[in-house]
Amino acid sequence: MKSSINARFALDYGTFNLDADLALPGTGISVLFGPSGSGKTTLLRCIAGLERPAQGYLEVNGTVWQDSSQGFFLPPHKRALGYVFQDANLFPHLSVYGNLCFGLKRIGLKPAAAGLEQTVELLGIGHLLDRMPERLSGGEKQRVGIARALVLKPDILLMDEPLASLDFQRKQEIVPYLARLHQALEIPVVYVTHAWQEAARLADHLVLMNGGRVAAAGPLAETLSRIDLPLAQDRKAVMVWEGRIAGHEADYHLTRIACMGAELYTTAIDASAGTPVRVQICARDVSLALEAPQATSILNVLPATVTGLADDRKGQTVVRLQVGAHTLLSHITLKSKHSLGLKIGMSVYAQIKGTSILN
Amino acid sequence: MLGDDDLAALWLTFRVAALSTVWLLMLGTPLAWWLTRTGSRWKAVCNALVALPLVLPPTVLGFYLLVLIGPNGPIGRLTTGLGMGTLAFTFNGLVVASVLYSLPFVVQPLQTAFAAIGPPPLEAAATLRAGPWDTFFHVVVPLAKPGFLAAAILGFAHTVGEFGVVLMIGGNIPGQTRVVSVQVYNHVEALEYGQAHWLAGGLLAFSFAVLIVMYGFLNHRLTVQPAK
Repeated sequence: MKSSINARFALDYGTFNLDADLALPGTGISVLFGPSGSGKTTLLRCIAGLERPAQGYLEVNGTVWQDSSQGFFLPPHKRALGYVFQDANLFPHLSVYGNLCFGLKRIGLKPAAAGLEQTVELLGIGHLLDRMPERLSGGEKQRVGIARALVLKPDILLMDEPLASLDFQRKQEIVPYLARLHQALEIPVVYVTHAWQEAARLADHLVLMNGGRVAAAGPLAETLSRIDLPLAQDRKAVMVWEGRIAGHEADYHLTRIACMGAELYTTAIDASAGTPVRVQICARDVSLALEAPQATSILNVLPATVTGLADDRKGQTVVRLQVGAHTLLSHITLKSKHSLGLKIGMSVYAQIKGTSILN
Repeated sequence: MLGDDDLAALWLTFRVAALSTVWLLMLGTPLAWWLTRTGSRWKAVCNALVALPLVLPPTVLGFYLLVLIGPNGPIGRLTTGLGMGTLAFTFNGLVVASVLYSLPFVVQPLQTAFAAIGPPPLEAAATLRAGPWDTFFHVVVPLAKPGFLAAAILGFAHTVGEFGVVLMIGGNIPGQTRVVSVQVYNHVEALEYGQAHWLAGGLLAFSFAVLIVMYGFLNHRLTVQPAK
């Protein structure tokens, strides 16, 4: 992996201390994931230079932003970054347009030259430009906040739980824009969240934080499938598969997705054939059988090989499976593991209900 | 009606108050900003110093000032050495005293306004390439506007209302240090109650009007708007 963000930070606030070592790829979305208090937001703020007492080293795209051993600290306003705050943090005394132009004025760019119009369109905020922030909904504020950061064409985009303060409805409203960003952006994004759904939906690279430290890091699928981590034991554990829409069965409200060899049925996804999609398969919705079931309501039955087993000592076993080129996790009971006699290398059938595959 | 002496006193009062307000804002703004942002252990001491005029009798403040700026005081020797003479019983001395006397009335509303802004807008500005000065003038000042207005009005009005300090270090020199409050005192001493009424009533009406305008404005700004 060619990493273009290298960070090492130590920060001691008495009750909380951060001691993190991080290497992130130069493209795609890296998600910092962990429970609250795990230091993910603090780490993001260190990258932005907003935690002045932090000691360490930071290099972004070959430019050193901080090197405490040399006494070097580039102040935040001199770092080519975009920062999206949890609650948008728009300037209340400026209109949406004023907020969008605030940074542009300071880097001496005309709105047209910066492509403000395209950014405004990408985030669907064209009708809001004259409004004051107090007259925006939470989701609208956040879209303006993202546009305000993006329009500066930063070398790196830092996003601090941009959806955390929004209700479910507003989240649904903004997620499609984030997914569009994912495709449109060439710069690396560091995205902080404690929500499974967001991490699984957006991440290319996953960094697990715990107690101020980096517990694990790597490409999304690789990290999710590490059964040695508590992550795989979590009742919300998922695996993520990338695929393309192969076709629809409109009568049944089903969509077929081709994922490198395997084909999955899911509840209908509103997109045309050929569209790339990412699906999440919850580990607790994957059951196992030794023989191909003959008559079953389960739509997806995939031949698989057991590649890993881990007991959680509470009667649950995580089974890691290889399905073609993909990895799959299954949560089964310890009793089932024993009655099936599961061992590494065994061939089994993984069964997934069509309704439990999430887009 | 108002005599020439009274008009001169009014004009002098206005000049002292206006000039003092300008100095108060220039000195009070960085002081209030520092007091809001600093974690220094001197913060408590500075806050206490700034607030002293609130609790001290004006005569005490005036007395120490007189000692300091008089011909034998350290500041008096300095100003005399610089060929400026002493500040005692002069217009400039009155402005210096007014600034000290009214400082808490300017620093405290500014401090409250700065504290209410909090770190988030400053951090947003920093991530949008604004340096500290830029952020202060284009984010902090606009957001603290009601605070600046309150500070200016209170500073001005409080200076207009001073009496004890003036008497101690300014005396009663027409056109130099004889401000309205002193002139009212002169009239009363001379049993000219009619003229005292005109001046005193005028000052009362002025102060009342200023406070109404200020609270009206601040209420409008500070009332919580119902969520839409």
